[in-house]
Amino acid sequence: MAILEELKENVIDGNEGKVIEGTRRALEEGVGVEEILNKGFIPGMEVVGNKFQANEIYVPEMLISARAMKAGMRILEPLLTKAGIEPMGRVVIGTVKGDLHDIGKNLVAMMLEGAGFEVIDAGVDITAQKFMDLTKENKANVLGLSALLTTTMVEMKNVINTFKENGLREDVKIIVGGAPVNADYAKEIGADGYSSDAASAVGLAKNLLGK
Amino acid sequence: MKKYTSLVYKTAREMEFGKALYPVNCGFSLTIGNGKVLPEINYTLPPMPVSMDNIEEILKQYDSIINGILKRAVVLDVPGILLEFEHLPPMTDVLEIGVKITKRTKEIMKNFHEKYDLKSGLRVTICDTRDEKRPPKMRSGEAIKRIFDSFRENALAGADLLSIESIGGKEVNDRALMEGSIPGLLFSLGVLAPRDMHFLWKEITRIAKETDVVPAGDSACGLANTAMMLADRNYIPEVLAAVVRAMSSVRSLVAFEEGAVGPSKDCAYEGPVMKAVTGYTISMEGKSAACAHLSHLGNIAAAVCDLWSNESVQNVKLLADFAPTVFTEILAYDCRIMNQSIEGGTKDLLKEIFVKSDELKNVQAFVISPEFSVEIAKTIVQEEDDFLRTRATGLKACDLIRKAVDRGDIILNKRELSWLRKIESELAKYDSEEALTSEVAPLYGELTLLEEYGI
Repeated sequence: MAILEELKENVIDGNEGKVIEGTRRALEEGVGVEEILNKGFIPGMEVVGNKFQANEIYVPEMLISARAMKAGMRILEPLLTKAGIEPMGRVVIGTVKGDLHDIGKNLVAMMLEGAGFEVIDAGVDITAQKFMDLTKENKANVLGLSALLTTTMVEMKNVINTFKENGLREDVKIIVGGAPVNADYAKEIGADGYSSDAASAVGLAKNLLGK
Repeated sequence: MKKYTSLVYKTAREMEFGKALYPVNCGFSLTIGNGKVLPEINYTLPPMPVSMDNIEEILKQYDSIINGILKRAVVLDVPGILLEFEHLPPMTDVLEIGVKITKRTKEIMKNFHEKYDLKSGLRVTICDTRDEKRPPKMRSGEAIKRIFDSFRENALAGADLLSIESIGGKEVNDRALMEGSIPGLLFSLGVLAPRDMHFLWKEITRIAKETDVVPAGDSACGLANTAMMLADRNYIPEVLAAVVRAMSSVRSLVAFEEGAVGPSKDCAYEGPVMKAVTGYTISMEGKSAACAHLSHLGNIAAAVCDLWSNESVQNVKLLADFAPTVFTEILAYDCRIMNQSIEGGTKDLLKEIFVKSDELKNVQAFVISPEFSVEIAKTIVQEEDDFLRTRATGLKACDLIRKAVDRGDIILNKRELSWLRKIESELAKYDSEEALTSEVAPLYGELTLLEEYGI
């Protein structure tokens, strides 16, 4: 469908105005909300993500596309909720207690949103209890933990243990990342996965949810 | 307040490694910048929590680290060594933790001085925790009170040099880097960051004076090194990180205008600009900081350094020994080469090798060369205020990079070149701080509190 192809291209170009206008037009023409999302927005962001991974564009260019998609999503979201259409996954993400670094975490959040996940960004310096509350409240199926310090990465284990102690560990896939963290550490603390960069975090989350 | 209007070193040739116009005396008979390059070793804990609950375990770690470092320094007969104890957030937040570590470190240093006549000094770098609340309260919150208390109490506990990697403007800078927003970067680096530096360093130098210790210097780590790391991961253009480095020199210089006397921080790659303007000593890090991060500046960073650092290494066991001990040895040998070249009369040649080996391989290395740094320094002192200085250094950096590209010295791909044009044209648009602030500040309204910067 031409309108979906047009939406995809406008997401790639980061043309917010045209994405808004195109989304409205598509809805008026009777195109389904899910179709707009899955055949317009997400494929557009996939192209952008691939270009980024191939070092063809930088984050600022990717961000422009992500913003254009977000503008379109603001129109679609109420309709998706009304139709009972679930996102690809629901992710709570944050930097653990004692740690104030958030650039890496923000990038992961942006990439996940671009791939169709609903992202609840908890922020920085987040306690285990807060992670648990947000996960329950939002019925999230993925929890992303970030740490940049050797002395705060140990908090990731505390978060996982808190989920275990409260009988919630099986309800959520927990993924970890950050400079001092690696796959061995993720395994050691009982996380479900580790990602070394923002782009591969999307694939990891999808795999863990069987998407 | 001092206002620099001319340079101490007017040409790159005049600047040397191991020597500065104003050496610093501190600690146990340590003199920095008086003809020798000295190692500055930095270390951090292995993965473990930090709180008063496990303070004995933490002190045990530091005992082992400091003893290991100083023993190796004695064995290798270093002419002097600076130790940097860089606070982690809880060490500043909980006054007692930082103070206990400072005290214990100084006791061990004293023992080594008495027993082996080892010359040493202790730099304590307080953690800027003001962004623990968002938007950060730079002047009025609890965090700033704890920071100033920590400076004072650590000085009384034995710190010889006081430093901080302050984060004024970072809340906007982080976002602007990700967006590639040049007005946003000019606002963070030229408006917010210098204002915060004036506020902060006025007080730090006052505390240092009252406690009779040295107000050393700051680093644009949270601003320019964030850009460097993002560029190294291909997240933002290299040329953007390079221009941000040059622009960040202005905010770092403010520390000296407010009374800091060096040595500047090791991760302040803008150090050569500081040295050219002020004649104070600088610490630098390069290839021997590979334990902490990738660097395209491994050799060139040493060209005019007075202290040579490893940035930071965890206390983990390597085949030979624990990592801080091993890195003391690496730094000691790096310094021996530089000091031997000073003694043997080949220092100019070695400096040239340091510069030439990196200078044209990466634009981020190019902008910290002594030649480039002197040009940036000249640009700074010609301008009236911090905003105009920041804008002018950005434009000057673009101009120098473009000329190097035109000469064929530096190769930039099409994407980088297009970013260079964008940076240059957008910087040129803003010649008034007020106009920039009124246009840009609202875009970052949820991130920053202007009143916390006195705006």
